[in-house]
Amino acid sequence: MQKFTLLDGLVVPLDRANVDTDAIIPKQFLKSIKRSGFGPNAFDEWRYLDHGEPGMDNSKRKINPDFVLNQPRYQGAQVLLARENFGCGSSREHAPWALEDYGFRAIIAPSFADIFFNNCFKNGLLPIRLDAEKVDALFKAVEASVGYKLKVDLEQQTITAPDGTVYKFEVEAFRKHCLMNGLDDIGLTLQHVGEIAAFEAKHRAAQPWLYA
Amino acid sequence: MGVQTLYDKLWNAHVVRQEADGTALIYIDRHLVHEVTSPQAFEGLKLAGRKLWRSASILAVADHNVPTKGRAQGIADPIARLQVETLDSNCAEYGVNEFKMNDVRQGIVHVIGPEQGATLPGMTVVCGDSHTSTHGAFAALAFGIGTSEVEHVMATQCLLMKKSKAMLVLVDGVLGRGVTAKDVALAVIGKIGTAGGTGCAIEFAGSAICALSMEGRMTLCNMAIEAGARAGMIAADDTTIDYLKDRPFAPQGELWDKAVAYWRTLHSDGGAQFDATIKLDAAQIRPQVTWGTSPEMVVAVDGRVPDPATMSDAVKREGAERALQYMGLKANTPITEINIDKVFIGSCTNARIEDMRAAAAVAKGKHVAPNVKLAMVVPGSGLVKQQAEQEGLDRIFVAAGFEWRDPGCSMCLAMNDDRLAPGERCAATSNRNFEGRQGQGGRTHLVSPEMAAAAAIAGHFVDVSTI
Repeated sequence: MQKFTLLDGLVVPLDRANVDTDAIIPKQFLKSIKRSGFGPNAFDEWRYLDHGEPGMDNSKRKINPDFVLNQPRYQGAQVLLARENFGCGSSREHAPWALEDYGFRAIIAPSFADIFFNNCFKNGLLPIRLDAEKVDALFKAVEASVGYKLKVDLEQQTITAPDGTVYKFEVEAFRKHCLMNGLDDIGLTLQHVGEIAAFEAKHRAAQPWLYA
Repeated sequence: MGVQTLYDKLWNAHVVRQEADGTALIYIDRHLVHEVTSPQAFEGLKLAGRKLWRSASILAVADHNVPTKGRAQGIADPIARLQVETLDSNCAEYGVNEFKMNDVRQGIVHVIGPEQGATLPGMTVVCGDSHTSTHGAFAALAFGIGTSEVEHVMATQCLLMKKSKAMLVLVDGVLGRGVTAKDVALAVIGKIGTAGGTGCAIEFAGSAICALSMEGRMTLCNMAIEAGARAGMIAADDTTIDYLKDRPFAPQGELWDKAVAYWRTLHSDGGAQFDATIKLDAAQIRPQVTWGTSPEMVVAVDGRVPDPATMSDAVKREGAERALQYMGLKANTPITEINIDKVFIGSCTNARIEDMRAAAAVAKGKHVAPNVKLAMVVPGSGLVKQQAEQEGLDRIFVAAGFEWRDPGCSMCLAMNDDRLAPGERCAATSNRNFEGRQGQGGRTHLVSPEMAAAAAIAGHFVDVSTI
């Protein structure tokens, strides 16, 4: 997994609540058995004017000029600014895969759906919860200023705006540790093989029907 | 241990170890696997040279991509076919029990788990699918996970997670005529919103919940995720235990008696504390119909499409305006005046035998309206299909002009050929009305099986409680 420590990234505002994972990556792209290559189809139905299918040459498709990600000023954005309940719906990890492949490294929103939030951390993508009023202020600031960037410091758990305003954010210590060091969860868990085996033996004795 | 919630009991029985910040390693009893979210996990295992921790904990089935007609010809789409074949070959290589596409036990993963008795009270159940919350109907701790976590469970039999908050949704009283578990689910989501349960495990309780069949309880827990809660659950009682008796994967003989004694303890203790409590009066719940592009955009069938202009919250108002535009609806239109083009009865929410019976009872002796281009019934599993056919339900549907299909996820998410064309309006018994969910540009209204069947017959929404 890609480490996350510091980011100084261009921000793109996606001004709608309840953005679901079907919108982030539509179902037809879920037929892939790979983990990569979803970026060109992130937000496919909003981003293009035609219907997208796997295997299409996306560079030849007609883009929707009204969709915010297509606006020239937001090209190369690494920070996605979003509204409430971002990533709701399906558990598809293809959603963070698509966002990460597109180039995003951090998402800022007042709230995230639980499974999506969790999936982000497994893919070097940092989801940051900020109060709705602060997010609202950021939306106004981004829209008002071309080239608006935010500095995200995971170690310090801060976001710094161009005007010097510093926003503190919370992140669970364990997730932070894994993300800062690009650690593989499975490798970490397998350090506790003995404890898992001991638990399993006890569990089997208590509920033998689970192992029948 | 003192007074505990059902969630506390399930959680405490599965903690392997805990980090200083509260992150726990939770042991997983049952891992359900399907073709869409598992290939990358198997590949990850392979690349790292890791083995499955306990292959017997896994039950696999292909459901998202399978065709619902002409199955004998196989899957026409080569990309979808490769995904199903990849599941087959991974299961063969790793010794995983799989119900293949032409096995009569094949079906939607959240229908077959309980049907086989592979979901049992007291278990932790996971699947790379958000509707895993369904299995909580059996007093299990069940939740959806991403593919990285699928791989993590495969390799370690555990998951890293923090305990959620506990929310109680209490529904007391008697549900009215034509009002189902689906309507309760939609009414709860309408009340608390699609983020209302974020960070929570929801326990559904109260006399109206106790009175539900297991099918109804599964419908309700299935939609906990639509309220933002990863897990929904209901205490075990006689209904739970009677349902499980003699199921293929359920314990037998002495083990059964021992298991039942434990299962009877799986309820919240009197006086248990919840972080939040929501109360609904069952008698006040009317048949529900969604009007927008989020399950929280829902009203009673005798209501009207709301007017965004009356909404004070700017984000909500803009969301409602966008939804009405997408849905091709005008504010203040009576719900019963909305005509439909297609009907979908199926999905992990509403494709069990009871759902088939309820829809057939409405359709019996009637015919699908001329303006309805397609009304399809997709049973949740081969065994549901078989049972329905033994009861003659297929003949009722076909005589009424419905198509009777083979089991799978079908038009709930339209990964196979079953989908809406742009602009088409559908009465669906599934769980999500998101933009494009049932096909790009498709317009979905979520309803119960009874409401979907009645809409098919009338050509527009009707209040089933009046027919």
